Amino acid sequence: MNYNWDWNVFFKSTGIGSEIYLDWFVSGLGWTIAVALVAWIVALIIGSVLGVMRTLPNKLLSGIATAYVELFRNVPLLVQLFIWYFMVPDYLPESAQVWFKQELNPATSAYISVVVCLALFTAARVCEQVRTGIQALPKGQSAAALAVGFTLPQMYRHVLLPQAFRIIIPPLTSEFLNIFKNSSVASLIGLMELLAQTKQTAEFTANMFEAFTLATLIYFVLNMSLMTFMSWVEKKVRIPGMMGGAK
Amino acid sequence: MIRFNNVHKWFKDLHVLNGINLQVQQGEVVVVCGPSGSGKSTLIRTVNQLESINEGEIWVDGKNVADPKTNLNALRAEVGFVFQHFNLYPHLSVLDNITLSPMKVKGMDRAAADKLAVTLLERVGLAHKKDAFPAMLSGGQQQRVAIARGLAMEPRVMLFDEPTSALDPEMIGEVLKVMKDLAESGMTMMVVTHEMGFAREVADRVVFVDHGQIIEEAHPEHFFTNPQHDRAKQFLRQLLTPMN
Repeated sequence: MNYNWDWNVFFKSTGIGSEIYLDWFVSGLGWTIAVALVAWIVALIIGSVLGVMRTLPNKLLSGIATAYVELFRNVPLLVQLFIWYFMVPDYLPESAQVWFKQELNPATSAYISVVVCLALFTAARVCEQVRTGIQALPKGQSAAALAVGFTLPQMYRHVLLPQAFRIIIPPLTSEFLNIFKNSSVASLIGLMELLAQTKQTAEFTANMFEAFTLATLIYFVLNMSLMTFMSWVEKKVRIPGMMGGAK
Repeated sequence: MIRFNNVHKWFKDLHVLNGINLQVQQGEVVVVCGPSGSGKSTLIRTVNQLESINEGEIWVDGKNVADPKTNLNALRAEVGFVFQHFNLYPHLSVLDNITLSPMKVKGMDRAAADKLAVTLLERVGLAHKKDAFPAMLSGGQQQRVAIARGLAMEPRVMLFDEPTSALDPEMIGEVLKVMKDLAESGMTMMVVTHEMGFAREVADRVVFVDHGQIIEEAHPEHFFTNPQHDRAKQFLRQLLTPMN
């Protein structure tokens, strides 16, 4: 293979102001983090509520949560993104349509679509983990909580969820990493996050290998740091006297 | 204090409680015994409705627990329950295990709850363990904390569901002693147990359950020396001389 690697490409001017190509990657990384972090927080909240719903005795509530999970888990992420970005806005009320399609900066409307899409998609997966976390607890825990007179919400808040979340930190971590990786679908609706900037750099400079190598490296370092952070969290909340956290 | 009126319960086809009639008076200690699968655990769990019933009535402190209009949370707050497997909250310290329900259910403030918890821990001999976590304690210690947790709600009655069955033999005594002290303090208690020594020494009445029915109900002295029913005789024989 005859390829001339040129790592200096990142320090070359893009021709726009004093910008160098590295700035594109920095800005792309910023968008990637902004998408993934916000979507993750929303997913965690919605997913936890759904996960609790799935364990409730009420058939209607658990049924709704189950239907949600089936719907969002069985449709490809990319299809969901296109629905949120191209289709859903057309069904909004007139004023909201004008606002979304014309008044908003295109980057902002793409950002909103991708955050909504990733959050709802990931919520289905968080839901399943929260559900299994709760179901993994010994039956005696809910009996003990009920026996002292706790209401259902108190039982979840003080007894079940603090234990369930500790159990599911490892699978939640991998979902947390997934949302960063999945955020790259945003490049397909024109949001200039890390992957989009990488492709653009590759096209502008013809240094495709360098661009994708750098992108790979950034994703890798980012996810390694998240993983390290999460294992720190796991250690921090570990229950004294127990080897692997909650039993 | 507790009254069962012709209580029935089915698990699908299994008739686990078959016409239970039983009264526990204020201040009384009633021991429920019987072979495994006889329905005694189910029986005690119906008192605070951890198990529902299909027919009949159970009155606790003047309230019918099976009535949908009864506020179960308020009722359960007045009925302490001690489980076979302790069921302490593993993520909370011993102190927090005890203070959680007085604070959240009764709205007690942290200082008062802490004070109450320390008093109760002294009573069960574990004040020095208040900052430990359940997994760091022996089974006997965990069960004593569980009793303190139940007492923290200042219940009108305490229910014990085989409180020593999951313990190593050398730890049974420390738990039974706490229960005996509690009985002597005048607490109304209903105890499912195989500890016949405890029954003989502490109980006011022994209730023998088999196949979901109370087939013998007697003062411990009579029950142990002169059981009426063949099933009770056989049960006692197996319990007292398991090898023969």
